[in-house]
Amino acid sequence: MEEKQIEEKETNRNVEVAPALIAVHPNQNSVAVAIGSDLRVYDLLGDCAVSLPDDSSPPFHKDSIRAIRYGANGKLFVSAGDDKVVKIWSAESWKCISAVVGAVVISKEGQHVCFADKFGVVWVVDLRDINGNQAVVDKKAAPLLAHYCSIITSLEFSPDGQFIISADRDFKIRVTVFPKGPLDGAHEIQSFCLGHTEFVSCLDFVCTVDYPQGYLVSGSGDSTVRLWDIISGSLLDTCEVGAKAGHLEFDGSDEGYSTVTDLCTIPNSTLVAVAIQSLQGIVLLNCDISAQTLSVAKVVSIKGENFVPTNLGSSSSSGLLWMVTGAANLPRFDHPSASRVKVISGFKKSSSPEAVEANVLEDDDIPGGVKMLEKLQGSASVEEKVFVTVAEAVKTAMCNLLIKKQYSVEKREFRKSTRNDKKIKQ
Amino acid sequence: MLEQETNPTISKSTGLPRKRFYRARAHSNPLSDSHFPVPISPSHVDYSLHYPHFFPPADQVNCSKKIQFADIGCGFGGLLISLSTLFPEVLMIGMELRDKVTEYVKERILALRVSNPGQYQNISVVRTNSMKYIPNYFENGQLTKMFFLFPDPHFKEKNHRRRVISPHLLDEYAYVLGVGGIIYTITDVEELGEWMRSCLENHPMFEALTKEELEADPVVKLLSSATEEGQKVARNGGQTFQAVFRRIVPTS
Repeated sequence: MEEKQIEEKETNRNVEVAPALIAVHPNQNSVAVAIGSDLRVYDLLGDCAVSLPDDSSPPFHKDSIRAIRYGANGKLFVSAGDDKVVKIWSAESWKCISAVVGAVVISKEGQHVCFADKFGVVWVVDLRDINGNQAVVDKKAAPLLAHYCSIITSLEFSPDGQFIISADRDFKIRVTVFPKGPLDGAHEIQSFCLGHTEFVSCLDFVCTVDYPQGYLVSGSGDSTVRLWDIISGSLLDTCEVGAKAGHLEFDGSDEGYSTVTDLCTIPNSTLVAVAIQSLQGIVLLNCDISAQTLSVAKVVSIKGENFVPTNLGSSSSSGLLWMVTGAANLPRFDHPSASRVKVISGFKKSSSPEAVEANVLEDDDIPGGVKMLEKLQGSASVEEKVFVTVAEAVKTAMCNLLIKKQYSVEKREFRKSTRNDKKIKQ
Repeated sequence: MLEQETNPTISKSTGLPRKRFYRARAHSNPLSDSHFPVPISPSHVDYSLHYPHFFPPADQVNCSKKIQFADIGCGFGGLLISLSTLFPEVLMIGMELRDKVTEYVKERILALRVSNPGQYQNISVVRTNSMKYIPNYFENGQLTKMFFLFPDPHFKEKNHRRRVISPHLLDEYAYVLGVGGIIYTITDVEELGEWMRSCLENHPMFEALTKEELEADPVVKLLSSATEEGQKVARNGGQTFQAVFRRIVPTS
């Protein structure tokens, strides 16, 4: 990255741009969007917006929400933010039932919530004592494992819950055995999945009824999506999504133009939806389970709008892909935050991956319709121009956080000049 | 040897590099993202670069040896040099964060290989941050011995997370050490010695060696005598604190 650019962007970093996030209930009972510190939920079953009463202390999130997730059984919802608070909500009554001080990325599987702090330590909280209606309880978190001095970008559990996978900005993916008593720590490393040449940004599992163990898929700043066998840590296949998406409009000096921002497996299929910075739409990859390969099935462009997804979500029951774009804390802008939700359907209908038909749904056809969009977006329609800036801002924020700064020798010497521990020559 | 005449950093009499031209501060910041190449995975480690005698670049014969001993924070290389002749068929590597010190060890090994034909071919050094990149160098269960001699104490409590022996990093060391492999630690700082012993005792994948086993192990004696740091402590009449543990299968 150009050094001038770095300095300029550094001054804007005081309040970091927060990309919009989306999460869908496993049975599509509800859908949630987080934009900045605002958590917006729409009840799709009851077809109405949800207003969140928050009796817990601290109430709501004081700072940008960085991760949101539904539990696999649909009973619980977790949100974590820059205010170092992880909130656990009942996905039925939407009462906030616990507030643990932690930070950033979350993962959850039934009884435990895992989240990572800024030092690269993953913490775990046992939820077994909490049922959906219990009043606020303060839960203590225990350290589970750590990636030494790195930023953890993604946490996932393997489909059988036996392993916890953690990815970091130092290109590593670690597969650790998730023990029966996780509060004592997860010490047994199963494998490391090494191969990415830039920060790993997202993880998910592709699994089918015939192959329930599944394979791990990961997206990275090196613009590839890779397929892994977590038991051995071996790299099965690499898909250069950035190049294959037929992406010709990139600026040579601009790093991160085809960083993989997020990926999401379409449940009950071997398809993986991938969001790439600068791509208005998503790339659909197909995983051939027996051949252990990943290939591009289709590029789905979103026509008519500037829509570069920042986050993806899906529910196991519906076969719909939910996408959101947007951000909060946008600098120098009329709208401090903006978000747009879109949905893609049609994955279930295809019998063979080659003939995947993916349709971008019109606003009216989305579950919940315009009413839902109003709640989650803040308004039914959003100005087009807004999203061009949003895409730029999110790209910059991700680069600043995850790509290591390269300094020239002069710059490095200049930075060292303020050191005060050198021996002075007599 | 024209090179030696004009190069003051190599001593004329012994052919070995002179330490005073490779002076560096004792402390190096393990958190700074220094610029050294890191192998993408253990299969990308260039064995022919480190051990040309065992892995001649042009040779078709495939040597299946892998590095088995790792000296973490090897400093000026004293331990590696002592171990080299004790275990001539075992490949060993030193990992060091400081640039100048790594250069010194490289020069020292090269000079020793020249003056002792056939020997010292099994040791090498690499400049890297072992707290971040050990999984990049070694596969699961590859190592049989790991050494942590006189590590940086990081006295302040807020800096304890930077200590090279910590509950979290022990997970990684347990991963690269095969079952039965041994981890050797020594320090002259009592508090650090207690910390390291306690971390190892509390970790489910390590158990302490018995007194008999310690006495039978020829390597244990080298811990306090083989390195420059160890020799300095002995000169000053200081006490040393050892913790030697074996990697075991977790009991749960």
